[in-house]
Amino acid sequence: MSPDLLKLIFGRLTIESLPLHEPIVVGTFAVVATGGLVMFAGLTYFRVWGYLWREWFTSVDHKRIGIMYMILGIVMLLRGFADALMMRLQQALAFGGSEGYLNAHHYDQVFTAHGVIMIFFVAMPLVTGLMNFVVPLQIGARDVSFPFLNNFSFWMTVGGAVLVMASLFIGEFARTGWLAYPPLSNIGYSPDVGVDYYIWGLQVAGVGTTLSGINLICTIVKLRAPGMTMMRMPVFTWTSLCTNVLIVASFPVLTVVLALLSLDRYVGTNFFTNDFGGSPMMYVNLIWIWGHPEVYILVLPAFGIFSEVTSTFSGKRLFGYTSMVYATVVITILSYLVWLHHFFTMGSGASVNSFFGITTMIISIPTGAKMFNWLFTMYRGRIRFELPMMWTIAFMLTFVLGGMTGVLLAVPPADFVLHNSLFLIAHFHNVIIGGVVFGAFAGIGYWFPKAFGFKLDPFWGKLSFWFWVTGFYLAFMPLYVLGLMGVTRRLRVFDDPGLQIWFIVAGIGAFLVFLGILSMLMQFAVSFLKREQLKDVTGDPWDARTLEWATSSPPPAYNFAFTPVVHDNDAWWDMKKRGYVRPLLGFKPIHMPSNTSTGIILAGFATAMGFGLIWYIWWLAAASFIALLAVGIGHTFNYQRDFDIPADEVIRTEDARTKLLAGAK
Amino acid sequence: MSRLKILALLPLAVALSGCNYIVLAPAGDIAAQQRDLVVISTVLMLLIVVPVMALTVLFAWRYRQTNTTARYEPDWDHSTKLELVIWSAPLLIIVCLGALTWMGTHLLDPYRTLGRINAERAVDQSKSPLEVDVVALDWKWLFIYPDYGIATVNELAAPVNRPINFRITASSVMNSFYIPALAGQIYAMPGMETKLHAVVNHSGTYKGFSANYSGAGFSGMHFAFHALDDKGFDGWIAGAKSAGGSLGRAEYLQLEKPSQNEPVRRYGTIDSDLYRLILNMCVETGKMCQSEMMAIDAKGGLGHEGLNNTLPLAYDKYARRGTTLGPEPTFVAGTCTPEAPQGQTTAAIKAPLDTAPLLGAGLKRPTFAPLKSSSFFLGQRPKSDS
Repeated sequence: MSPDLLKLIFGRLTIESLPLHEPIVVGTFAVVATGGLVMFAGLTYFRVWGYLWREWFTSVDHKRIGIMYMILGIVMLLRGFADALMMRLQQALAFGGSEGYLNAHHYDQVFTAHGVIMIFFVAMPLVTGLMNFVVPLQIGARDVSFPFLNNFSFWMTVGGAVLVMASLFIGEFARTGWLAYPPLSNIGYSPDVGVDYYIWGLQVAGVGTTLSGINLICTIVKLRAPGMTMMRMPVFTWTSLCTNVLIVASFPVLTVVLALLSLDRYVGTNFFTNDFGGSPMMYVNLIWIWGHPEVYILVLPAFGIFSEVTSTFSGKRLFGYTSMVYATVVITILSYLVWLHHFFTMGSGASVNSFFGITTMIISIPTGAKMFNWLFTMYRGRIRFELPMMWTIAFMLTFVLGGMTGVLLAVPPADFVLHNSLFLIAHFHNVIIGGVVFGAFAGIGYWFPKAFGFKLDPFWGKLSFWFWVTGFYLAFMPLYVLGLMGVTRRLRVFDDPGLQIWFIVAGIGAFLVFLGILSMLMQFAVSFLKREQLKDVTGDPWDARTLEWATSSPPPAYNFAFTPVVHDNDAWWDMKKRGYVRPLLGFKPIHMPSNTSTGIILAGFATAMGFGLIWYIWWLAAASFIALLAVGIGHTFNYQRDFDIPADEVIRTEDARTKLLAGAK
Repeated sequence: MSRLKILALLPLAVALSGCNYIVLAPAGDIAAQQRDLVVISTVLMLLIVVPVMALTVLFAWRYRQTNTTARYEPDWDHSTKLELVIWSAPLLIIVCLGALTWMGTHLLDPYRTLGRINAERAVDQSKSPLEVDVVALDWKWLFIYPDYGIATVNELAAPVNRPINFRITASSVMNSFYIPALAGQIYAMPGMETKLHAVVNHSGTYKGFSANYSGAGFSGMHFAFHALDDKGFDGWIAGAKSAGGSLGRAEYLQLEKPSQNEPVRRYGTIDSDLYRLILNMCVETGKMCQSEMMAIDAKGGLGHEGLNNTLPLAYDKYARRGTTLGPEPTFVAGTCTPEAPQGQTTAAIKAPLDTAPLLGAGLKRPTFAPLKSSSFFLGQRPKSDS
């Protein structure tokens, strides 16, 4: 075939694009491919493809979508963490003239991929998954406002993840750092596909995130059970509301800034070059106008989880509900006024720097108030140290340290000496792991019995907890120390042999965290095997307080046979106290949304379009785009969108639960 | 009291002795003041962080389920007094810290000229500060000493207790100029200039590097900073002068090409205009400088004929491959002036083939024609020769 024709068909994708010369990548591919084949064969052998497709992939049930988000997050955690281990190993080895085992080309991709994956495809899915699963249950709704949109959002997130994963084996990923600052990320310095993978991976996933934000805001605003006024919403629902407001307000900024960067890269505009009136500083500002709210998008739901967990396991009402809500709202608003603290060193004047420094510090006031509220929720409580509570205590101790170093970095002159150093790396892992990750794990432990009907095994859970916590401290405290020695981040090789010991300790810490992740996977497996022993028949295994515990575990497709009526913040606690009797009669057919495959198909085309644009395979991009429009418009003619669960089936489901509950007593 | 203090600092001192905590024990006055702010802020925050951590542990222990002697009040969820305390305690600390931040940020603004050499000595205004122009290249540092007419690569020297004024720029991508022992960092950005004022108080050799990831050769992008006494500095200058080598526009264009782990180089003579040309992205002869273009724009541009000014300057001339769908990279030719007789391009100027007005000396006529279908579908066009 002529080269022109090849180019027409494959764009810039050639056989050389496959990293066959990189043994590490080939090895990884072999492992992933074998694993994938085994799984594929297994699923085929047990004939579960049909079941998965009908009951999960095309499901519009918010609970199933929530669970799928969690699975995506955990799978991507393995990839993101593999990157972390590679970095730790490289930095522990590359001393005294040694180049380590990764060349710059590879290492620079690894740290970029680590950041991108951990934020966008681990933390975000975990947080979104928990919100998706919990919020409708907590407000007594049957599903989210737009169930189809929810399914579509999930698959768009998966589409983004697929593109990022594809970059490992087809071509390469960006070598720019996780925020891809130009001019480095511009076509001049990154002419390869890496940055294009970055752009389209995030654009595709960003559509999903934005739509899911709109969906959840609408759900919380419109679908609350009667009696649940705004100031009676559970704190997790409040933080979810604020998070989704942040998502809707900030993700469009990311979409636009990446669109401008792609215009620079594809058609030669000059938004972020230094000439023609463009400026890289504009990119840095814009990306952080999204980026700073993003960290609150992640951490606010975690705050909500800790509020629920503390109150439940202390057997006590949450202290200072009103101030908790106001603190959340204040953080939401302030998170838009601080973005410049990410680049004090870019040469803004002293007044601008101190303004942003001080607004940043002000955020620590509501955050501090929250911390005290949890503290006084524990005060005069009866604390049960189940796993979610252990994660919460670990969070409280860890997060204050991260918060302290964060405020320290908000002092511009201090930032001048600590910016971009390993101190900064330690700080944000301190708050992201100590806050978001511990929060997600607390949430998983807390709501797992609700989702699957059995508790998680405490032994492996505790093992995982201790590995994670000690591993975290071992991995990141040395980085604080190294930061004070003036060691900067993203270095691949080091001269000073005196530093090596700290990197080795950090590497050991990372390895402990790895054991923590393995223990957690083990915990899932063991809990599944012991599911009869760990079974939760009551639907309320923790003696909890909010509405999601009023229904069965796992909840029926319709969540609640009768919409509950709310009289108190802790609705379920209040119902229990007032001797609530579960209705056994009078069930009616329940109107529910139908499953649809449109979401997964649309996301598939969007991913194909992204792939076409990345590799300059224009026909593929154009065809996928047209198909995207056609399917999208076609779906509007689908009138089979809903059905009624017949009263008989509702009666059967509820009777089964009645029997279970009777057996429990 | 003082003995107690010393005792408290003992573990810290032990930890410090083993390693080089340069951020906590710097050699320059600015870095030392920044260090002071780090320490003061930390202490201020520990006032609240330590009690919170202690209370967390205390409450978690005290109110554990098995301790049935502890009070249990499941419905206690509000106390106005406590709320006041938990909001005002962090607020008070932030008020103090905020005041400290406002003052510190202004006093330690890198653009601010120095008022003092160290805590005891004010700057002697009769003596001129040392001027150094810094250029971050791919992947090495160029230091130009305009007052001495020398330049070095990956080696910086300055006399002790003499203020240094850095002017900082970059040739291609963003870097960050950072000598932890001297003063905090500041970004080095192409086509832009940042400034840093600092002074070093103790002689010695310190590390400097880029603190902002800038591509493949980033790890090797470090240099030695020699803080010398006056005599030593004069000797160093003389050494550089006698090293021979000259850095003109042509040599700079060679030097600017990406390279990694560069050894130290010294240039005894330099083109005195070089830094301005680098900053304005017009080292190549024949290119219009950014400053000239801005001057034209400030006067309202050149109207329809000035369309060509809207073509990008290619500051990334060695790397730029051009975009897939966009125009080829190009630049605006400089106008020749008595001061810059070489403003004209060195390339032979061909007579224009068509009769449309010529829009700039040596300038390739921009292709406003729509993209050829072949190039649209078949990917990149050949590399530009500009």
